[in-house]
Amino acid sequence: MKRIKFDEQFFEIDPNETVLQSLLRNNMQVPYGCKAGVCQSCLMRCLDEIPVPSSSQIGLNAIQQKENYFLACVCMPENDMTLALPNNEQVWLEAKVVEKEFVSDNVMILTIQSKDPFAFFAGQFVNLRNQAGTIRSYSIANTPNAAHTLVFHIRILPNGQFSRWAASELDIGMTLSFSHAQGSCHYLEGKSEQSLLLIGSGTGLAPLYGIIEDALENHHHTGEIHLFHGSRDATGLYFETKLDELSQHHANFHYTPCLSGINPDKHRYTQGRVNQIALEKFTKLDGWRVYLCGQSDMVLQSKRMAYLQGAALKEIFADAFLS
Amino acid sequence: MSDTLNTANATLFEQLGGEGAVNAAVDIFYRKVLMDDRINRFFEGVDMDKQAVKQKAFLTMAFGGPANYSGQDMRNGHAKLVEMGLNDSHFDAVVENLATTLTELGVSDALIGQVAAIAETTRVDVLGK
Repeated sequence: MKRIKFDEQFFEIDPNETVLQSLLRNNMQVPYGCKAGVCQSCLMRCLDEIPVPSSSQIGLNAIQQKENYFLACVCMPENDMTLALPNNEQVWLEAKVVEKEFVSDNVMILTIQSKDPFAFFAGQFVNLRNQAGTIRSYSIANTPNAAHTLVFHIRILPNGQFSRWAASELDIGMTLSFSHAQGSCHYLEGKSEQSLLLIGSGTGLAPLYGIIEDALENHHHTGEIHLFHGSRDATGLYFETKLDELSQHHANFHYTPCLSGINPDKHRYTQGRVNQIALEKFTKLDGWRVYLCGQSDMVLQSKRMAYLQGAALKEIFADAFLS
Repeated sequence: MSDTLNTANATLFEQLGGEGAVNAAVDIFYRKVLMDDRINRFFEGVDMDKQAVKQKAFLTMAFGGPANYSGQDMRNGHAKLVEMGLNDSHFDAVVENLATTLTELGVSDALIGQVAAIAETTRVDVLGK
């Protein structure tokens, strides 16, 4: 008999019983609707490394499938399973700060090392929590590695409770709590010839940088990769040298820094809003995959434009920053 | 021979290609709707992903597949839009976009007629008549 673990309790699955039936039989409060694998109200995630039955993943997108999401109402477990509701897996892990570097007046690169091995996709985000209990979400800007390090691009906001603390008080060697990785804004394997368009404003570069590194270094992506990074003024465009070097080493990677405000060098920087520049340059996005990260108005507007210009909705991955 | 038999017995949903056909149609259809100046003001500021799910449910129903919502749901869902002036001309425009989508996907006029007839059954609820 298979067992499921949910909300720190174990439940047995009777023969021919689904995960949802078992949870409801045990008076667990979980959302559900059609009980027929259609409405996706009972979406759950299996936290174990073992794949869930594929018949319980019909209708889910590729990322959800890869991340072991499944529909409880049509899932008959083949193994014991540890379950969580989507976005309800706030287990805090521990890491220590190994590097802290200011790359511009208000952007800090923070590198932490997880105590334990940690699974994620470059471009996903985690929640960081300081000792005072302040929690903020940050995108992961590097790829999984043997040292279990995670890199974040932290914008120091004038009234930012977390970011100001991180800038002034967080020191190398100190510990920090962080959550499991979440979010669907990451590289997808299997279509290495696909053209990628990545548009980011400010520290919206962070997830895009991780995705680009993942695509080029780990997956040998052969399709064209176009990155447009925008800011109001040149001090907001960090990592210019790294991105220039990347484009020198990879013929299919193209980097366009954009400035919407004062432009000190018209040859170097394209003048205008980053999303408009990118979407005016590439007006036909049929078959493309599009990543959008940064300020929420920019992201929502770009999502609509990218879709109207031919990108399929499931090929548009957006990460809107709320600040 | 067996093909003819299958076609004769197949439901409209099966003849159109089932869920795969809905997935192929929804992106094209919703894009047409958003680009149509006669009706796109009704879609200002909506969450595109949630809207796409609703469009998929609508197409599934119009294709003769399972309907996952009731007439009352349709009525409630469109009540605000009716206040904004949603009327028969807008409903016609949506059906027109649906027909153009299916034509682009190579669906026969006979089947498009059946789809349009099913879509037509939602008119009174959508327009709150």
